[in-house]
Amino acid sequence: MAEPLPAGPARRVWRRATTQTGRRPGALAGYRQLLAAQVRGQLQYRASFAMDLFGNLLLTLMDVAAVVVLFRVTPVLGGFNLPQALLISGLANLSFSLCDLGVGNIDTMRRYIRTGRFDAVLTRPLSVLLQLVCGDLALRRLGRVVQGVVILVIALNLVHVHWTPARALLLVVAPLFGAVLFGSVFVAGSTVAFWFIESGEFTNAFTYGGRDFTTYPVTVYANWFRNAFAYGLGFAFVAYYPALAILGKPDPLGGPRLLSWSSPVVALAAAGVAALIWRTGIRHYQSTGS
Amino acid sequence: MSETVIQTADLRKEFTVSTRVGLLRRIRRTVAAVAGVDLTVARGEMLGYIGPNGAGKSTTLKMLTGVLTPSSGEVTVCGLRPVAQRTKLAGHIGVVFGQRSQLWWDLPLAESFRLLRYIYQVPAADHATRLAECRQMLDLDEFLDTPVRQLSLGQRMRGEITAALLHRPEILFLDEPTIGLDVISKQAVRAFLADLGSSGDTTMVLTTHDLADIEKLCRRLVVIDHGRVVHDGTLSELHARYDSRRRVVVDLDTPWTGRVELPGAAVEAVEADGYRVTFGLSGGTAGELVAALARHGALRDVSIMEPDIEDVVARLYAEPAPRTSPIEPASQAQSYWPASK
Repeated sequence: MAEPLPAGPARRVWRRATTQTGRRPGALAGYRQLLAAQVRGQLQYRASFAMDLFGNLLLTLMDVAAVVVLFRVTPVLGGFNLPQALLISGLANLSFSLCDLGVGNIDTMRRYIRTGRFDAVLTRPLSVLLQLVCGDLALRRLGRVVQGVVILVIALNLVHVHWTPARALLLVVAPLFGAVLFGSVFVAGSTVAFWFIESGEFTNAFTYGGRDFTTYPVTVYANWFRNAFAYGLGFAFVAYYPALAILGKPDPLGGPRLLSWSSPVVALAAAGVAALIWRTGIRHYQSTGS
Repeated sequence: MSETVIQTADLRKEFTVSTRVGLLRRIRRTVAAVAGVDLTVARGEMLGYIGPNGAGKSTTLKMLTGVLTPSSGEVTVCGLRPVAQRTKLAGHIGVVFGQRSQLWWDLPLAESFRLLRYIYQVPAADHATRLAECRQMLDLDEFLDTPVRQLSLGQRMRGEITAALLHRPEILFLDEPTIGLDVISKQAVRAFLADLGSSGDTTMVLTTHDLADIEKLCRRLVVIDHGRVVHDGTLSELHARYDSRRRVVVDLDTPWTGRVELPGAAVEAVEADGYRVTFGLSGGTAGELVAALARHGALRDVSIMEPDIEDVVARLYAEPAPRTSPIEPASQAQSYWPASK
């Protein structure tokens, strides 16, 4: 028989409060605090943080250097001269680094799933995706964002643009929607982990592969590959089409002018598809162990 | 009747496991971890959910907490659908998984608690009151500023329980809350949970391998095996069903003759040339038995043995579970997925 349960101080204290006292923290406070805790954690290791920042800076420079080197052997690449190609690279870099800052660490989800910490994430009253983003934001990637901006500014000084309000607006929003598009690929790719826990390289082919793809004008790629990455996955809408619109340049591939302005629509559609895949993935989550 | 907080009907969870045979060929099979569980839990109940490894305990708990999507069947917790209304439900329940931490590994325990206040949107005053109580009752003060990774298992578990309770959940789910703890920590955790449950406001569902947890905490016991409920009732009902009796062992001054009228008791064993007799109680009380024996001669010593729940459960597990479904029971497939510890 169970012993008669002791009556203790708990009896008083644990009675469900009929009235909650004081102000409740707002809905966003949870995310903000997760983020702050994460940042504090990273800043504890200052030396390592500085090294990472520097390493990331070098990586971006290498990407751009590759583009510049190509123009030493040819004045025109896929119908674009160096300043125009730099504009594409700048947009691509900024888009990717913004995305990388936010959801670049989404592949840590595999570790969460393997260790069972994902269960804990699922039992909190917050969005799973935002918890992962806030809990793993890699500040050192901020350096890359700065790099992306610098490249973009240099390219804009070299190209001749007939500025209109629409073009100026596009220049501002294109990296944001580009980041959304990259982010969709990251998120959709990460859901593979719900089915196959060891799935890192497969996803990387599309995320980091996508970054490399968008650094160059899509005209340099061959047909089937171009179709798959540029249109199938939508990577042409990260930098290539926005650059065409800003430059006022007709599409060498013969696409309608409207295509050059459709990046936001494509990015939002990609985000919708990614959200669907993510939801399906979570429903399919099998957890591990007991 | 009191309000129902958990209700499941024919709850099922099937997993597909693929087994490698040969170099490339794989056989895919469907394995039922939970094969039709009907469960109703009223507010304030303390429910022990027990069963052997791979029986489906944790899988059931994960479906109740919105972690896993059921393959089929109905489940309602606090009037909500766990997966579809996961974030809403999270505010009503607290979860302690004995083997995995809900806390932030690199942060001091106090910092984890502070974060949880924002995550669960608890007003500062409420948070402070609850935390103060937990600090006192679970003795947290000496390690509140220690990073979680440096805590002992017993300290961490006390931290985990606090973390799960700070938002004052209606239901507390505990998966193996005492696993790996030393005797002192186990007792501390049990005493705290018993205290918490005595108020009748917090419903508790706990899975355990430690039957002492059940004896101390749970009035109701649900035994699951091969994904099905094989017993649902009180501990004494379980004893009655498996005919486990309290025993009275008596040392006599003169050898046992057998010519005694016994009220609600039967002789089970006669040892030591008749000087020691073991009686099994069936309906009668130990007092009546001892009184009857004393009328016939002097008693040197009397001891009363409580039925051993471990024996009962071991017997229960040994019984073949009904297998009406063509799907293989989960326990046979244990080795194929890293499910069981």
